[in-house]
Amino acid sequence: MEKIVFYILAFAMLSLSLMSVLSPRLLRSAVYLFGVLAAIAGFYFLIGYNFLGAVQLTVYAGGIVVLIIFSILLTHEIDYKMEPPSWLRAGAAGVVCAGGAGMVLYLLSTTPFTRVEAPERADLDTLGGLLLSPGEGGYLLPFEVISILLLAAIIGAVVIAKHKPGAASNLNQENQTL
Amino acid sequence: MIPGVSLIEILAVSTLMFFIGVYGFVTRKNLITILMSLELILNGAAINFVAFNKYLYPGEPAGQFFTLFLIAVAAAEVALAIAIVINLYRRIKTVDVDNVDTLKY
Repeated sequence: MEKIVFYILAFAMLSLSLMSVLSPRLLRSAVYLFGVLAAIAGFYFLIGYNFLGAVQLTVYAGGIVVLIIFSILLTHEIDYKMEPPSWLRAGAAGVVCAGGAGMVLYLLSTTPFTRVEAPERADLDTLGGLLLSPGEGGYLLPFEVISILLLAAIIGAVVIAKHKPGAASNLNQENQTL
Repeated sequence: MIPGVSLIEILAVSTLMFFIGVYGFVTRKNLITILMSLELILNGAAINFVAFNKYLYPGEPAGQFFTLFLIAVAAAEVALAIAIVINLYRRIKTVDVDNVDTLKY
């Protein structure tokens, strides 16, 4: 049963990510990306990491995709169609990516993975305790660093996106003279 | 572990997803679609972390923390990228990478 669910999820992930990369319509591409992220959240639930699945679903599928869709709607018409990449570029990229994927898959099939047997620790108690523990095996420092990074990103996003009167018109004139 | 599913199958899925993302990153011209391809690449890496944690080192939840921090970094990155895209659109009315050459000349 789990095997069938995994294959369905894997098929959804790969086909939707392919469609997201190939679709000429921007908004559809974003919706396919949402499908990929939701399938990955399903995969996390399937593997038993419920907290990670919930975070994936709320932050990625709920937050990031909505941000991307907002930015698409702010900058493009709703039925905007992109022109497909040139055959040369698409072919070269396809060959390089297929070669890279083949190489990695070959290396994966020949690498002997050894499992370190230990009782599984994946419950929310352990995760929460480790996330805020400064001691052995704790993740307090990365946690604080990531909070400062998020704060910096918020301030940076506000500063960059803030409208500066005058700045836009100057640049537009420069572009026109160029 | 997922019954009946080996580590190699999960890693194969994440590898293919990573390279689909790379393909999109190279061929797309629109900044927003490049950003979406980047999300695919990051998620391929995140699946790898989770699979290794579950199959090889079940005693240490390090892979889960890496994925958690990866999601947080991706959120910060997307917020900044969207701000740049909107600022760019306001200035030059396009988000095609071919036309974004203000700093180049």
